[in-house]
Amino acid sequence: MGIRECCDVVVIGAGHAGCEAALAAARLGMKTVIFTVSVDSIALMPCNPNIGGSSKGHLVREVDALGGEMGKNIDHSFLQSKMLNRSKGPAVHSLRAQADKQQYTRRMRRTLEKTPNLSIKQAEVAKILVEDGKVKGIETFSKAQYLCQAVILCTGTYLKSRCLYGDVIQPTGPNGLQAANHLSDSLRELGIELVRFKTGTPARVNGDTVDYGKMEEQKGDDKIVPFSFTTDRNSIQREQVSCWLTYTNEKTHEIIRENLDRSPLFSGVIEGTGPRYCPSIEDKVVKFADKDRHQLFVEPEGEYTNEMYLGGMSSSLPEDVQYEMIHTVPGLEHAEIVRNAYAIEYDCINPMQLQLSLEFKSISGLFSAGQSNGSSGYEEAAAQGIIAGINAARKIQGKEPVILDRSQAYIGVLIDDLVTKENHEPYRMMTSRAEYRLLLRQDNADLRLTEIGYEVGLIGEERYRRLLEKKEAIAQEIERLQETNVGGSEEIQSFLDRKGSTRIKSGISLAELLKRPELDYESIGAIDPNRPNLPEEVQEQVNINLKYEGYIARQMQQVSQFKKLEKKKIPADLDYQQVGSLRKEAVQKLTAYRPASIGQASRISGVSPADLSVLLIYLEQRKRKEQ
Amino acid sequence: MAADTIAAIASGLTYGGIGVIRISGEQAFSVGDQVVRLKGKTLTGSRSHTLHYGFVYDGEEPVDEVLAVVMRGPHSFTGEDTVEIQCHGGPLIMKKILETVIKNGARLAEPGEFSKRAFLSGRLDLSQAEAVMNLIEAQNEFARKASLEQLNGAVSRKVKELREQILYQIAFIEAALDDPEHISTEGYREKLKLLLNPLIHEVQDLIEGAEKGKILSDGIRTVILGRPNAGKSSLLNLLVGEERAIVTEIAGTTRDTLEENVRVGGISLRLIDTAGIRQTDDRVEKIGVERAREQAGKADLIIYVVDSSEPLDENDREILSLLKGKKGLILLNKSDLMPVLTAKEMEREAGQPVIPFSAKEGTGRKELEQRILHLFDVGSIGTNHQVSITNLRHKEALIRARKSLELVEHSIEEEMPEDFYSIDLMDSYRELGLILGEEVEDDLVNEIFSKFCMGK
Repeated sequence: MGIRECCDVVVIGAGHAGCEAALAAARLGMKTVIFTVSVDSIALMPCNPNIGGSSKGHLVREVDALGGEMGKNIDHSFLQSKMLNRSKGPAVHSLRAQADKQQYTRRMRRTLEKTPNLSIKQAEVAKILVEDGKVKGIETFSKAQYLCQAVILCTGTYLKSRCLYGDVIQPTGPNGLQAANHLSDSLRELGIELVRFKTGTPARVNGDTVDYGKMEEQKGDDKIVPFSFTTDRNSIQREQVSCWLTYTNEKTHEIIRENLDRSPLFSGVIEGTGPRYCPSIEDKVVKFADKDRHQLFVEPEGEYTNEMYLGGMSSSLPEDVQYEMIHTVPGLEHAEIVRNAYAIEYDCINPMQLQLSLEFKSISGLFSAGQSNGSSGYEEAAAQGIIAGINAARKIQGKEPVILDRSQAYIGVLIDDLVTKENHEPYRMMTSRAEYRLLLRQDNADLRLTEIGYEVGLIGEERYRRLLEKKEAIAQEIERLQETNVGGSEEIQSFLDRKGSTRIKSGISLAELLKRPELDYESIGAIDPNRPNLPEEVQEQVNINLKYEGYIARQMQQVSQFKKLEKKKIPADLDYQQVGSLRKEAVQKLTAYRPASIGQASRISGVSPADLSVLLIYLEQRKRKEQ
Repeated sequence: MAADTIAAIASGLTYGGIGVIRISGEQAFSVGDQVVRLKGKTLTGSRSHTLHYGFVYDGEEPVDEVLAVVMRGPHSFTGEDTVEIQCHGGPLIMKKILETVIKNGARLAEPGEFSKRAFLSGRLDLSQAEAVMNLIEAQNEFARKASLEQLNGAVSRKVKELREQILYQIAFIEAALDDPEHISTEGYREKLKLLLNPLIHEVQDLIEGAEKGKILSDGIRTVILGRPNAGKSSLLNLLVGEERAIVTEIAGTTRDTLEENVRVGGISLRLIDTAGIRQTDDRVEKIGVERAREQAGKADLIIYVVDSSEPLDENDREILSLLKGKKGLILLNKSDLMPVLTAKEMEREAGQPVIPFSAKEGTGRKELEQRILHLFDVGSIGTNHQVSITNLRHKEALIRARKSLELVEHSIEEEMPEDFYSIDLMDSYRELGLILGEEVEDDLVNEIFSKFCMGK
């Protein structure tokens, strides 16, 4: 007989989703056990050595605003930091930091270890125990049973995974770690549909053998902005490590083309669907044959090592071809390869089986988050992890789940897309997926979400109080600027001349003046003698809110339309066959997806506006009958 | 989009009697007041269930003398504030008033939408729910089909082309935002500015076309059939008055169907030119022949063009079988050449009127027109309700698409950053899609990945 223990929540997998899920559940008072195949690989970054990036940086900020860990963790372990898209609008500014990989996992591991209610266990979970459609616990490969009320799947790329390059196939998870070979069968037995996805990672080289003189240096920002709203800006200004830019060339491409038949991607050995946004170098060379070079970023893996990551050169070509092609790149002529590039295939669940809370529709108490839901990326995983952790805890506490909608957060867009739309490749967050992105900025994630984090119980009193103060300060300053008028005095006109701005003919408020393209909050300080001394982040909000007022107002209006449909809930037990006039295709799709609201139904492909009208009437009819 | 105040012609779009345009929703009175001028009062200020005499104005242009009924929610059919404008019958006036109402802030109602609102607000009882649901699905399905079938081929091509151009620009901007290290937007603002102007003009052209009723082909479906090189395309060109179809000496040049609207003696023909019918092994041509057969099945009128300088063969027999039970006219073409086939023989074969004709010299055209007028009693072809409403819906979408493009122009002038442009570009893309019955779905993501090389 194996051992038998009891707890509230079991988290399977200690990657970026698992860590956030376990921390959230434990912090909400749940006795939580997190399982990993290797305790040394907690919060491992097996692919790119950075956190954030376009729209992913938004996710990190949102996780932080809700009370998650990722932002704090990277603030403590970054080597270089950059705000991307600074020349573009505030909605698409996005933070990205190079991480010291070991520092990152070590700090996360310490955080888990120090969190009350949370224990770490190294074991392979082989079975989910379910009775009468309800989760009862899990069983490890060694037959130990952990009985609990909620289980969160965060299995990443480990389910029946295999790594491939050339004709080498290794039945392991990423980085040669042990794969989880038993859980897939248990999931299938529970009636869960699995799909096979694929992704890949480039080679790592010995940095001491790289000739940086032939590359362009990529430095971090002069002024570092932290990810976490709790990190003191001054505390993280420090010396940064550089990345390096070089390019492939015709010679590289020639080698790749000559050996295409030896790539398992092209020879058909790989069955999984790969992500288009993260193409292998062989994919790029074939698909964009007209490009004579591709960018290659050489990035440090950490301060503890000389290993460098070759961003842009993900591949599944055989070892000898990898050697040959890497050595054609300027600066890498004599590079020693430490780890080969490989493609990885794995099982994940079809996420349309989930509710927006990330709980399975068919199994009460079973949740799933992260790459096992068919997403990709550390940040996407963490974002789902915290939501699954919160909702597992709330389920046990008998509370309503926390569901962020598309107008509240990128997290909402991410989860809604995953569970509502058909996905044929690992899902990556992109800013174009967020229809209300002018409202969902990384700079206001705290203003959007910290109140929710407080209500949930992940944000403490002190942080909440500071948030309210910030809100108040922003509102007051906006009002002051709207009410402060300036006239055409010589001082004002000469200020405008200096700024290359046209002179004013009559009185105008500072708020209006600030909207001119050549002016902003900072610059009009020169003609605003009564300006209070405000923190930087308050000034930033005032500036953005006034400068883009018209655009923001327009999106707010769209959001209010959107909310109307989201509020119209559809009962989970609705039998769509009974709705006589629905088109057959709509019945099929609605039955398969079981949307939670008319709004969600509207995003299912194949459901027409007329179908929605019919549904609305049917629901009203049902309501009246019940009365 | 989706303003909450909706409008439609409630009386049916026919001649005679009284026409009723209904406006329902939160803004019904304020929209009504912008359209209907009353003497010394407003609809907004009037009591419920009162009737008012006034004039409909489109801006400063008087449209019609009308009566307007004010009904305050919940005491109306929909349970919402409602204005009903009773005008003099006549499709043109009704359409004009409806357009004016839309221009002033209402949205064209979806089929069945008034009934839907009536039910949701409790104005219809439970027993009527099924009927309303059936009505909505049926009417929408019909409208969708009608809208696609009636869409003029040239217009749909144009809209598709515009959408492709717009999508490419959005994809470029978004790719650059997602991967700023690979894709630079330097100088893009100026480039887009140059592109926008012609785009806006082309949408404007379509709007003007819509005003002239050119978007939809609402005439008599007239299919031109014949063997390859009998002169079908020459006939089309003659009637249209421009080189529309490619005319060559090589048999089988028209491999697809071409469409054009022409007016013949006061009635409108929707001319459909087809590929020549013959047994063929050419795969592309085979498809063309198959389409020609399909078109013949849907035709209101078939014009069968026969080359009088050649004897009839098995292909002609096939065509003659398609003509059975249809209104048909036979043109004995190339009557300027040495005929081997006479009108009499042909008439015996077909049992349909035969007209000697020469597309080259233009002889026989007059007789053709008269025959058509004779076959179709003009009075019986009333304006098709569905068609004109669809036309209005398309126009609404075009106007919104243009507005969105103008907003992009405005953002460029204001020196807004690039990410603002794609938001409005996307709106215009979506609106144009409504015309083709296409949703946005994953178009953008697909375009980004297929056109731009990005990622780690």
